[in-house]
Amino acid sequence: MSEQVDFVERRARLQWHEPKPAYDVVIIGGGGHGLATAYYLATRHGITNVAVVEAGYIGSGNSGRNTTIIRANYGIPEAVRFYQHSLDLYQTLEDDLDCWSMYETKGIMWLAQTETQMRAERARSLLNLASGTETQMITPLEAKALCPQLDLSGGGRYPVLGGSYHPAAATARHDRVVWAYASGAMRLGVHVLQHTKVTGLVREGGRVTGVETPTGSISAGVVLSAVGGRVSTIAAHAGVRLPIRTHPLQAFVTNSYEGEFPGIVSDTELLCYVSQTERGQMLVGAEYDAQPSYSQRSSFSFLQHTAAKVTHLLPFMRDLRILRQWTGICDISADFSPIMGETGVDGFLVTTGWGTWGFKAIPAGGEQMAQLIATGRTPALLEPFRLDRFASDHTMADPGSAGTH
Amino acid sequence: MLWIICPNCGRRPVEEYRFGGELRGFAESITDPVARDVDYVWMYDNIEGITTERWFHAAGCRRWLTLRRDTITDTVIA
Repeated sequence: MSEQVDFVERRARLQWHEPKPAYDVVIIGGGGHGLATAYYLATRHGITNVAVVEAGYIGSGNSGRNTTIIRANYGIPEAVRFYQHSLDLYQTLEDDLDCWSMYETKGIMWLAQTETQMRAERARSLLNLASGTETQMITPLEAKALCPQLDLSGGGRYPVLGGSYHPAAATARHDRVVWAYASGAMRLGVHVLQHTKVTGLVREGGRVTGVETPTGSISAGVVLSAVGGRVSTIAAHAGVRLPIRTHPLQAFVTNSYEGEFPGIVSDTELLCYVSQTERGQMLVGAEYDAQPSYSQRSSFSFLQHTAAKVTHLLPFMRDLRILRQWTGICDISADFSPIMGETGVDGFLVTTGWGTWGFKAIPAGGEQMAQLIATGRTPALLEPFRLDRFASDHTMADPGSAGTH
Repeated sequence: MLWIICPNCGRRPVEEYRFGGELRGFAESITDPVARDVDYVWMYDNIEGITTERWFHAAGCRRWLTLRRDTITDTVIA
């Protein structure tokens, strides 16, 4: 309890600032990635003349709309290394930031109903093992032992053949992660400007030198776009085109379930996943909507289809009521991997393409982007995820690992 | 919920359709032929506002149609 009081007190002591006319670094987007980058710039590199510009309030975009799953069981070695590093940073985050992030290791199972998917999961578990993270194959009975509520016949229609199990998977409280990075950065002098929408970029001779806001322009040595969803609009101001489409992603929670549901269950055939929040609510997500859209409206058909899918797998959920649903807009890259680093325009960097998998990457994404800004050299972990990989035909295609969360 | 008017089948829910991508030509401003190919293959306009798109009526007449849609409000204009 005292931890909670501590947190609230620290939060209340946050010092908000009026915008200065110029900063060394301006970060667009006060979500997890933007604030983490500011935090690591201040702590690791001593760069504190930084502003994070946020259109709403911090964490009000996708950082407040995701399903908070942290895992590293990706399908290409470059991604496994990156997300494993992020997972390692998450594990020590509470000590580093002196804040309780409600990090809880739960383990995730990816169930398969077809031989094709079983082969994909076998390949994934071997590749994970070779790249430094643990993923094992499990039989249907082992899955049942991990999650007794599971109906292995899939409601008679989707019998489970097995799956892969990634024991290190975890969840953390999204607001706490965002606020911890914000307060950590602000204590060191970083300015966080809320309710300041970036309406354009200032360009001088092919270089981006600042951002336009309704209250005037702010000059910057470097501008980093860390927005979720609207990145194509921001990049267009700099004349940069991105291989990104913005799709809505929906989720819902039910009322509280009294039973124990300690793990995360994900199904590769039905494309849905379920976990239990700290309050006991069942949190359900599925794949993103098929058509690109910037609308954050939720749909009834999503509830209908997703509820039908999860009740096949977890029949106990039939007795629960849906409490609320919401939608985030996420930037899905053409190869389903993030895009980080230089854009070809001086003074303008992006960290984007976080699609449906951005929350788990907050610490590593922030740390590595801060290193890139401070040193001017792309760190080894980011090298595979540069924007120019599309032109040089080295795409990081990994749709099977990123499809839903 | 998004409703799309099919010239053959009338007003039908979006679930019956498959999204076929935004409609655009080559970027005229890019003069280098290789850069132009890269742009054509990989990049999207991803417009926040009114965009022109192709849709396929998969669970209906199974024909393609072109429409204009506002991606901010998610409504079909024409």
